[in-house]
Amino acid sequence: MSTAPSVRTTGTLTPVVPDGLPGLLADGWTITWRNLQRLRRSPDMILFAVLQPIMFVLLFSQVYGGSIHVAGTDYTDYMMAGIFGQTVVFGSTFSGSAMAQDLKEGIIDRFRTLPMSPAAVLIGRTNADLVLNCISMVIMMLTGALVGWRFHNGVPSMLAGVGLLLLFSYAFSWVTALLGMMVRTPETINNAAFMVLFPLTFISNAFVQPQNMPKILEVFANWNPVSALVQAARTLFGNVGTAPTGDTFTLQHPVITVLIGSVVMLLIFVPLCVARFKNTSSR
Amino acid sequence: MAIIEARGLVRTYRSGTVRALDGLDLSVPEGTVKGLLGPNGAGKTTTVKVLNTLIRPDAGTATIDGIDVLARPQDVRRIIGASGQYAAVDENLTGLENLEMVGRLYRLGRKQARARAAELIEAFDLVEAGRRPVKGFSGGMRRRIDLACAIVINPRILFLDEPTTGLDPRSRLALWGIITDLVAGGTTVLLTTQYLEEADRLADHISVIDHGRVIAEGTADELKAQVGGHRLVVTVVAESDTAIARQVLTRVGHGPVHEGSSPRELEVPIDGGPQALQTVLSELSAARVELHDAGIRRPTLDDVFLTLTGRPAEDTETDTTEENR
Repeated sequence: MSTAPSVRTTGTLTPVVPDGLPGLLADGWTITWRNLQRLRRSPDMILFAVLQPIMFVLLFSQVYGGSIHVAGTDYTDYMMAGIFGQTVVFGSTFSGSAMAQDLKEGIIDRFRTLPMSPAAVLIGRTNADLVLNCISMVIMMLTGALVGWRFHNGVPSMLAGVGLLLLFSYAFSWVTALLGMMVRTPETINNAAFMVLFPLTFISNAFVQPQNMPKILEVFANWNPVSALVQAARTLFGNVGTAPTGDTFTLQHPVITVLIGSVVMLLIFVPLCVARFKNTSSR
Repeated sequence: MAIIEARGLVRTYRSGTVRALDGLDLSVPEGTVKGLLGPNGAGKTTTVKVLNTLIRPDAGTATIDGIDVLARPQDVRRIIGASGQYAAVDENLTGLENLEMVGRLYRLGRKQARARAAELIEAFDLVEAGRRPVKGFSGGMRRRIDLACAIVINPRILFLDEPTTGLDPRSRLALWGIITDLVAGGTTVLLTTQYLEEADRLADHISVIDHGRVIAEGTADELKAQVGGHRLVVTVVAESDTAIARQVLTRVGHGPVHEGSSPRELEVPIDGGPQALQTVLSELSAARVELHDAGIRRPTLDDVFLTLTGRPAEDTETDTTEENR
């Protein structure tokens, strides 16, 4: 190395981005960019985000579509909101496993010794996953349109439905990010997602009507937040038809429920995440 | 005041049952290299993590360039660089992208961050590899990128936690060259290492740590002088003769007799020098003990370590989970 040029800088290096909001935004963007690069270079992740929704739309519309009947609406119309809901809920868990992975690899220690905004690592993480969820949404909508899904309340209402799904997924990303900082390995998050979210998305109105379930499951399904999310999207897409809806508040007023629920999740989990991040270190 | 000052640092783990730091004091003058030596679990990594703002101590104070680490960690982060035991780089980014990201997070802005990244990639001799994701890098290359990330802003203070652990000798020499270059530019370095040769080579001052405290301090030469003069080493041909040799060495030497690299090799600290060797040789010859080798040598940091901690430095035990919690 004696012949190598000096590693010291030849010029002067001056910080140019001020603290406060500009710093937070700049750092948030840097970390988002970093996570998107990672996404771009891991084809398996893109594949998962693209293929899984296609698979679910095709399976449910083509395999179950002929056997499941929902009063007053076409089953393809009915189940699309369910698949949207399920996909964004699972998509949000990616924030958790990715935080756990970053901790495991020690890069969180690097970030924590830099004069960056601590919230930026989490913002960049959840932003990148929002992008991933957007991609999934577009793919699902195209696949859905192909198998006959139609929205019946006009474009603004449909876009509001998509926006609501993405808002919920973004808020839920912060929940999984916190969990990701509390577990030891990314696999724990994936397993937990499988064990908790699978029943949660299935014991709901996502794919079938809860009224046909055993009583105890029906009650569970009617109060299930996933049901509220799906019902909200279904309402905004105009896919409810004349199908009867559970009489819980969350199903009677699904849009406002999801809106408030998402905001409350953010208000609780953003500060918790930042506090946890400031005290976390690789293991 | 020294650029790094720590007083009475205490840090416990597992709700107080493990005391990683137990009243540790440390002082590093500006522009010097301080080496932290100690067995695994002694508290080296914890010390570094407290000083580079990663963990908060339960008690004690620390300042970096006069800035209180506990009260104003963000201001400390502006002037330090840190490189940990495990290369903390993003595997999916290229070397260049990693460096640019770090520069941007030091708030240098895109332009300066890019220029500095390019400059570092060249200086670290990684131009070819700089455009590929770190995933495919060798261990030595990863470490170099990691160190490059730590010095993006040409930090005034650099923390290096076992920077060369697990590296091949060539990569180690390369890293040593880089560190020496930085020090020549005025950077203050706090370095932990398990390799005594590394401390001997790089550190101006060494603090030996055990059980969360500093148990000895000084330059390498001062520490060597502290543990006494020369060492007398004999290797017997027959293992059955070790008992007699041990008796002779105990009588002539000034301190406990240690086994060397083989059970037939014994060594003891001595006061005299050549006379002691003569005495030992004639006594062993009288006892008809056949020798393979005999001689005297100057003490090394290994001896310092062994004498102070009662344990050899490069313990085969590499379980440092306690420190990394």
